[in-house]
Amino acid sequence: MSEKEIKNLEEIFDQRIARDEKIEPKDWMPEKYRKTHIRQISQHAHSEIVGMLPEGNWISRAPSMRRKVALLAKVQDEAGHGLYLYSACETLGISRDELYDQLHTGKAKYSSIFNYPTITWADIGAIGWLVDGAAIINQVPLCSTSYGPYARAMVRVCKEESFHQRQGYEIMMTLAKGTPEQKAMAQDALDRWWWPALMMLGPTDAESVHTEQSMKWKLKRKTNDELRQQFIDQTVPQADLIGLTIPDANLKWNEETNHYDFGEIDWDEFWQVVKGHGPCNKERLSARVNAWEEGKWVRDAAMAYAKKEEDKKLKKAI
Amino acid sequence: MFLIKANFTMKNENKVQYIFGIADNALILGQRLSELCGHGPNLETDIAMTNMALDLLGQTRSYYQYAAQLTEGEKTEDDIAFLRTERQYKNVLLVEQPNRHFGYVITRQFFYDVFHLLFLRELENSTDSTLAAIAKKGIKEVSYHQRFSSDWMKRLGDGTKESHEKVQEAVDDLWRFTDELFHMTADDTLAVEHHIGIDVKTLKDRYYQIVSEILEEATLKVPETKWFQKGGKQGIHSEHMGYLLSDLQYMQRTYPNMKW
Repeated sequence: MSEKEIKNLEEIFDQRIARDEKIEPKDWMPEKYRKTHIRQISQHAHSEIVGMLPEGNWISRAPSMRRKVALLAKVQDEAGHGLYLYSACETLGISRDELYDQLHTGKAKYSSIFNYPTITWADIGAIGWLVDGAAIINQVPLCSTSYGPYARAMVRVCKEESFHQRQGYEIMMTLAKGTPEQKAMAQDALDRWWWPALMMLGPTDAESVHTEQSMKWKLKRKTNDELRQQFIDQTVPQADLIGLTIPDANLKWNEETNHYDFGEIDWDEFWQVVKGHGPCNKERLSARVNAWEEGKWVRDAAMAYAKKEEDKKLKKAI
Repeated sequence: MFLIKANFTMKNENKVQYIFGIADNALILGQRLSELCGHGPNLETDIAMTNMALDLLGQTRSYYQYAAQLTEGEKTEDDIAFLRTERQYKNVLLVEQPNRHFGYVITRQFFYDVFHLLFLRELENSTDSTLAAIAKKGIKEVSYHQRFSSDWMKRLGDGTKESHEKVQEAVDDLWRFTDELFHMTADDTLAVEHHIGIDVKTLKDRYYQIVSEILEEATLKVPETKWFQKGGKQGIHSEHMGYLLSDLQYMQRTYPNMKW
């Protein structure tokens, strides 16, 4: 294809995006669009399956049968999200094995928040409330993103995430109105998860390298800082309602801006975790790699068996 | 007239013990399966195994809620699940065996599923309408479990040399726990006399027939050993059980008398 032809196609493509048309797998798309989407969708898929680990950590120790079943179902939902996000990503011409390989070798990233440990039951509440809460803010705009398979997957993901968020908040509420020990457990979890949750919405706009292009492709509708502000404005009253305190001495309602002012985020910590040196980066990655490597003989067996069955059918047909 | 009727009613405390004998299997196997959530050999299998864990824990809740009712407010579902001593859990030894590798997980599941389905198909006819209803709902779920575990027995048995060896190792090792499924406890006998429970001895031949057929189809050897282990039904468990319970009971033991 000549440069001119490509330029033409790009123009048509840009117009389609501007008209809010969905781009489908078989449609022509610029290589950069394809690559950016593979990066973002797979990062999202990886976050879902790595995210299963910190929460899975509490399934066997959940405090009641009702909570145990709810948590198990929640973690299973994350696996489901991973599954359809990987499928959406595969429509861009990359295999699931390749995607796993990128995760296992550290080439692909996943949400940094999952590199923090879940050390008490209240962490399960805090993750649902804050982490899923921040995820929803990030993800709702993606339901109308330009790439069709991703947008459709996100509609389903968002529905389930908002259920998870309510469930997490309800855990926190129960703890907050429980015994002094339970309330302290909830406050401690909020203290530890608040700042990482704010970091989850990404580096400040000045530092964010992908924002501009992503906005153009409707892969992003608001900047990181806007999303962060929205998250804070929405979450502070929720904490007030159940009598928990946001661990930020500088948090204050600003009558002029109609938003909360908040304190400095420790970006050094953010970059440390992103670069692989958070409290649980090594544990999370090795848990995924172990599951994959230990499962190899199982997957091989399934392939070999399927082939034998196929051969049997063929023989019968002949 | 009243006296005669009283003789024919199973005492609540015995019925509760009978329910533990059924439900504890579902709890402990559900607990074992849920340990694997997030660590499966691929996403699809992970999701399927979590489904089975959810089914089993859901069944557990129905049984325990019924048992709690029979204690007339003395115990709750969670007291029953989390606050008994090890000796008071009545599950068979098979279900508490650890997840050594996927071959063990599938074989343990398969050995239990075949029994479980036969059992529920009888329990469905119990004169106790609550137990019959729980069984009826469970049959749908457990039919799927048995299909899943049987299919995997075949894949592993007739897959690669490595998978064949691994699953045969699990079959040989776990076989010794199958006989206990057919032991009658005193509460089982009482429940049969009152047309509430199942005489599990009558399921034995059919069980080994089904298991052998599938093993054969999976190109696996049916173990010949005649040495079997027992004890779970009397609350005498393997050394694995204490660790499983430490996990299961951790919150309720550390923070007693709280609402979650």
